[in-house]
Amino acid sequence: MQTITRDQLIEKAVSLLADGTVSCVLGWQKGEFDYDVTPVLFKNADELKANFVWNDFCGANFSKYLVTKAEKATGKVLVFLKPCDTYSFNQLLTEHRFNREKVYAVGIPCEGMVDVAKVKAICGDGIVSIDCGEKLSVTTLYGDEPTVIDAKDVLAERCINCKSKKHVAYDELLGEEGEVIASDRFDEVAKLEAMTPDERFAFWQGELSRCIRCNACRDACPACTCEKCVFDNPKSGVENKSPANSFEEKMFHIIRAFHVAGRCTDCGECSRVCPQNIPLHLLNRKFIKDINCFYGEYQAGAEVGSRAPLVDYTTDDLEPGEVFDRRDNNA
Amino acid sequence: MRKCSLNSINSVFAEIAKAATLYLPVDGKDGSAVYTKWEEGKVWSNALNTVRSPKDFFFPQTENLMAFKTAGKNIEIIDTRSESEDFVIFGVRACDVKSFEILDRVFLSEPVDTFYAARRAHGVIVSVACTKPSETCFCGTFGINPAEPAGDISAWKTETEVFFRANTEKGVALLSKIEGLTEECTDEAVDAQKEKISAIMKKLPLKDVTTDAFGGGKTMDYFNSPAWDELSQSCLGCGTCTFVCPTCQCYDIKDFNTGKGVIRYRCWDSCMYSEFTRMAHGNNRLSQKERFRQRFMHKLVYYPENNDGLFSCVGCGRCLAKCPISMNIVKVMKKIGGENK
Repeated sequence: MQTITRDQLIEKAVSLLADGTVSCVLGWQKGEFDYDVTPVLFKNADELKANFVWNDFCGANFSKYLVTKAEKATGKVLVFLKPCDTYSFNQLLTEHRFNREKVYAVGIPCEGMVDVAKVKAICGDGIVSIDCGEKLSVTTLYGDEPTVIDAKDVLAERCINCKSKKHVAYDELLGEEGEVIASDRFDEVAKLEAMTPDERFAFWQGELSRCIRCNACRDACPACTCEKCVFDNPKSGVENKSPANSFEEKMFHIIRAFHVAGRCTDCGECSRVCPQNIPLHLLNRKFIKDINCFYGEYQAGAEVGSRAPLVDYTTDDLEPGEVFDRRDNNA
Repeated sequence: MRKCSLNSINSVFAEIAKAATLYLPVDGKDGSAVYTKWEEGKVWSNALNTVRSPKDFFFPQTENLMAFKTAGKNIEIIDTRSESEDFVIFGVRACDVKSFEILDRVFLSEPVDTFYAARRAHGVIVSVACTKPSETCFCGTFGINPAEPAGDISAWKTETEVFFRANTEKGVALLSKIEGLTEECTDEAVDAQKEKISAIMKKLPLKDVTTDAFGGGKTMDYFNSPAWDELSQSCLGCGTCTFVCPTCQCYDIKDFNTGKGVIRYRCWDSCMYSEFTRMAHGNNRLSQKERFRQRFMHKLVYYPENNDGLFSCVGCGRCLAKCPISMNIVKVMKKIGGENK
């Protein structure tokens, strides 16, 4: 359950619209069901009151939308940012991808977002309504009584392993500020590292062979903001709309992971949007873990303007050969 | 009507698999169902539907069309086709069976796509009635009855039994192969199940979604609607909706230089992609709004215009479940259709 309410967010947005601070509001619009929300630019109080939603299903990270929306807006855009979204926000600012002057950021606390697939695993299919109160009360077409679930039991993976309840960027903060959390997010990576190369290859083969090359991971990724992706460019020689075989998919995902290495804030959007439930975030986390290990702790987006270790030369940098030498205890 | 006990369904699968390759939905590691080649130990999934639709069997995501080899000034053209084996797809839902009719109208009309036609000729479809539709289901909108699925054989699954009815010659032939494992029965149990399903259909949240506002001849009614701006504003331009859709049929043809020759292949394409239908002069749809509009106008206006009013959507609900921003055809139909009734 979220500590801040929909009404509080609407009230804030309406007052900022009224005093002219912002011209529009980037928020979540309610959908057909209680769990399908769509990012939308709200223009006025009536739209907000009718369709704005804030509940346990507002997972979408708005930071990337600022690249296109802030540019086009006539005044400032009000954006609501959960703690993890603020890291992407800073990272995009570091890369000069949107105009900070065009944005009014309101930090909002987040108690973690729910994965509807996990809800369905417990309640079954045919969800008619989900009441996001103290606990989730789920009514389906097939059960006589609503099923009551603790949101903590159905959190998205990225929220179970939440790395920070602290906002690293905002103009204004609603609710209480949280702390950076010592999460267990690298545990799954450590399990993969402990595998033999053959086991690890088989693991990724099994996962990535399901890829349908819809590019949702790339298109939702706040670190992927190239105006023309190399994989969409017929002149690049690697443009491809479909996987020719399962090796090609590994190439796509590994190249993408390398490209965002040091810039990925571990927001988890890639895995959230994957229609095939491929744990893509594990590739990125491996890079983050290695960067932490070889170059010292580094969190992309923690501050604006920081130089990522992979693009910053220091005389203390380890030699490539050292990485190879240490492969057995940190493969 | 014939039936077998649910406990003995694996021996039915084994018998079918003797004569043809058998594919059926099997639960994958992540819990979602995937069409998988049957072998001993594979269990028929209880899932309502697969993430990827069975269109893959007739229109695979990539397929080689031909190869070229050059020697001096000679070019040898090599036919790379290998579709010659019979196969059975078991457990196809009513919506997906209907999608084959929509694909057929594209690929089997002149000039016939012989790659698709060969696969259709070799494939036998065993459909299965739905017992627990999802909240995302809206096949009823397109006149599809999930209790009465088409296909070469229709099947109904109850708690304890599986019922079969052959609808075509192919179906009769397949059913005769499993005659020893099934027994003749009345329609009673199946009729009872049909009634149950129709009662659920009346409770589905999307039961009132209607195509009334759409169809051929409506192009100019909707093409310039301001609603497209609003609907498409947060579209990521990914291809999830098109690739999980059982009726999306667009593809691209490309040449791959192997170093020793050329392989010409085709692969699914998505109207959501910036390079879709790019031609020498450039792109004809430059904004995501235009691409987004194309997808829905194609399904709701252009396709029915060219195909006797048949809509190019079957209400399977995959795009509702999978779109990263939860924008989908139901929202489009309600918004665009609702404003223009």
